[in-house]
Amino acid sequence: MAEGRVVGIDLGTTNSLVAYMEGDKPVVIPGVDGSNLVPSVVALDPIPDPIPTDGYRPTVTVGNSARKALIQTPERVIYSVKRLMGRGLEEIQEELKLFPFHLAGDTEVGEVPRIQLGELRFTPPEISAYILRQLKRNAERFFSAPVTQAVITVPAYFNDAQRQATKDAGRMAGLEVLRLVNEPTAAALAYGLDRAKSGTIAVYDLGGGTFDISILKLRDGIFEVQSTNGDTHLGGDDIDNLLLAIALDEIHAEHGVDLRQHPGAVQAVRKAAIEVKVKLSTEPMARFDIELPNGDHYQREIPREVFEMLIEPVLKRTVGPCKQALADAGITPEQIDEVVLVGGSTRIPAVRKLVDELFHLTARGKRPHTELNPDEVVALGAAVQANILAGSSKSTEEMLLLDVTPLSLGIEALGRTVARIIQRNSTIPASATEHFTTGVDGQTNVAIHVVQGERELAADCRSLARFDLKGIPPMSAGLPRIEVKFLIDADGILHVSAREQRSGTAAQIEVKPTYGLTDEQVESMILESFDHAEEDFARRLLIEARNEAETILAAVERAPLNPAWNQLTSDEKSAIKLASVYLKKVKQSDNAAAIREATLILDHATRRFAELMMEAAVSSALRGKTMNTAGEELAEAVTAPHAMAPAEFK
Amino acid sequence: MLKVIDSAVPVACWSCSIGHNDSTLFCPHCSKIQPPPGGDYFSVFSLEPKLNLDLSALEHEFHRLSRKLHPDRFARAEENEKQWSLADTALLNDAYRTLKDPIRRTEYLLKLLGAEIGVEHSGKDRIDPSRVPADLLEEVFELNMQLEEMRAARESGVEDPALHVSLEQAKRKFDVLLEAVDEDLHAEWKEWDEGDRATRGAAQKKLVALLDRRRYLSNLVRDVNEVLGAGA
Repeated sequence: MAEGRVVGIDLGTTNSLVAYMEGDKPVVIPGVDGSNLVPSVVALDPIPDPIPTDGYRPTVTVGNSARKALIQTPERVIYSVKRLMGRGLEEIQEELKLFPFHLAGDTEVGEVPRIQLGELRFTPPEISAYILRQLKRNAERFFSAPVTQAVITVPAYFNDAQRQATKDAGRMAGLEVLRLVNEPTAAALAYGLDRAKSGTIAVYDLGGGTFDISILKLRDGIFEVQSTNGDTHLGGDDIDNLLLAIALDEIHAEHGVDLRQHPGAVQAVRKAAIEVKVKLSTEPMARFDIELPNGDHYQREIPREVFEMLIEPVLKRTVGPCKQALADAGITPEQIDEVVLVGGSTRIPAVRKLVDELFHLTARGKRPHTELNPDEVVALGAAVQANILAGSSKSTEEMLLLDVTPLSLGIEALGRTVARIIQRNSTIPASATEHFTTGVDGQTNVAIHVVQGERELAADCRSLARFDLKGIPPMSAGLPRIEVKFLIDADGILHVSAREQRSGTAAQIEVKPTYGLTDEQVESMILESFDHAEEDFARRLLIEARNEAETILAAVERAPLNPAWNQLTSDEKSAIKLASVYLKKVKQSDNAAAIREATLILDHATRRFAELMMEAAVSSALRGKTMNTAGEELAEAVTAPHAMAPAEFK
Repeated sequence: MLKVIDSAVPVACWSCSIGHNDSTLFCPHCSKIQPPPGGDYFSVFSLEPKLNLDLSALEHEFHRLSRKLHPDRFARAEENEKQWSLADTALLNDAYRTLKDPIRRTEYLLKLLGAEIGVEHSGKDRIDPSRVPADLLEEVFELNMQLEEMRAARESGVEDPALHVSLEQAKRKFDVLLEAVDEDLHAEWKEWDEGDRATRGAAQKKLVALLDRRRYLSNLVRDVNEVLGAGA
């Protein structure tokens, strides 16, 4: 395909993934460490000692290695940045109390907040751009070809500003975002692919930081969303915070240690809290066992019943949106044919019980769909949508997604009330045309305030933008007739255009988004990231190929020290030696493909050695790996060799 | 005001330059997508303006056109085709949303005919005494007093079960009235659809009055539901 592949990206609160269509099946593209999930964590590497004098700029890492830094250098790490996307300064103050990172001191009201990360400052879209670029690289490494177009998923209940911020992040990462797809809808696409179903389905998506419910009607490949609802501030993070608070309070009370003063320690407890949460999905009991700085141990058993009582208020908050979505779709729970569960938090038995009760599933002899991995299903659906957009595949040519806008669009009217111009759950693209006039003779400007939300007063809705219609020809009050067209596109993003009808002149609009970056700002952030990190693609492939070659060569160097070496036949040993000499030679060239091939030959030659080593290592979990992967997991001395995608070592 | 499909103005196709009438979404000669056509919502679906519609046929046509027009089909097309796909699909969606809903459809047709239609009111002016249908005056005032009492009781935390019961009764009563209005609307649809110039005028007046009454009643029911639902 001349235009290259379109990938599907799930840019999640906790983890992010990239997927593509392999034939007629969507698959997740693993990172260099073999893991499908890239933790949505971004870190600045520690400042080198001594600091280089010539234009030093710290390296940014993403994923598992960044997550590891959370405990050692929490002030240089940022996670869950999705919760800050497209939000204003005053909106995130409360939120930030829960995070170890802070706002840059000089952030002003009305600006996009910037996060202080070590000695640098980043807006949330810039942080997301780092995550996206990592995914882009993983895909490029996988295809050995550039990837420039993507579909990115967003929570269905994301507002205009949050969507725009996500698109900006894509642009900064060097990706043309062909479409933003709502996460629950993407999940439905992933499920709907292999069966030509008709019926009504509900997608219950409880992720790390957001909750969505969408109700869709399926018919002959058309996925028509009937209604959607949700809470962009509800998810697994809230459950972690409850457990975290218990542990921190008890440690303070019982051991006299106030860990809240130590961000790194808080992160260690958070990690333990997440482990407790995960374990309680399968076990009736889990325990905290944390060593405190003073040598004491904090030990605490959490039975599942206690956990369920604790999280009940959080889970109950999903009920209202579900009922509203059903009401908006004009149906009863009994009319839902299928329920799909999405998001890691739907592994919690109490969540499944709640869903069962909400949609009367057991009572009707039904079970929710959980066949696809709830962490991956959104990315898989994004890959399906990417394939639909690429328009080149038989398997998706009959499929079409018709999504809706989650929130009503309105303009501030007299008395600060809201005049709704596009109702929530309208199929997008959707448009509305309104007419405005002047109130004073000779007036040449009209100000319009656009809001999003369901409340009756403009102040209670989310302010989207203020438009100034300028250049209206001077006329008597009430005489100009300015037609303003509001259009919500297929990404759920608003566009406005205006025309003065009597004079026929197009009124000039100055759009001032209430939250969000201007085009110029986004542009400058793209350049900045290119200046510092983006390299010529061919050069990067070469560097990556050399790094991989070095990793395996280093492992082969050490191989004779391993007892397993002596179990090899002399033929096998000489094959390994030959392949490694060949690789060393090819590595000097600038031919990335040849280096890759030589690496694979050596990897193949060491397969039996890897198996023997694994048997020796008693680790049944590692069976079937080759030297390249087994070496990474077994050899303690190997350090992360990969400049682009540092691997996670166990 | 009302446009008849056949009289649409001829325009030249941007791609093949052959003329065609401006109510079409695709060029009949070269099949390329066209800028948004000038007709009304009915003409988007090649329908005559009528109040009784076959909804399943409408849905079928909506899906068929969506498959051809949707921006997903133009993700890698030229910029002008992308823009038209967006504008055409917005028009298609707006048209479908309006026509599939019986009340919106009626309001839309009446507006096309030039009738003054009340707008959906929100906020304090929801219950405007001057708009109360005369035959309901007494009941509406009583209901409003009960609603106020109920809200006050909620705020002070004391519930009066008797009040609850009488609100439930009122709600049932207004629900029945609403159903009656819908039946009357259907009857007038038929009058309008099958009528000639003279009888349509009369039907149109009745439709406007019925819509006003319906809007009024449904706002009342919504208020009662809100008050009853808040305590659940």
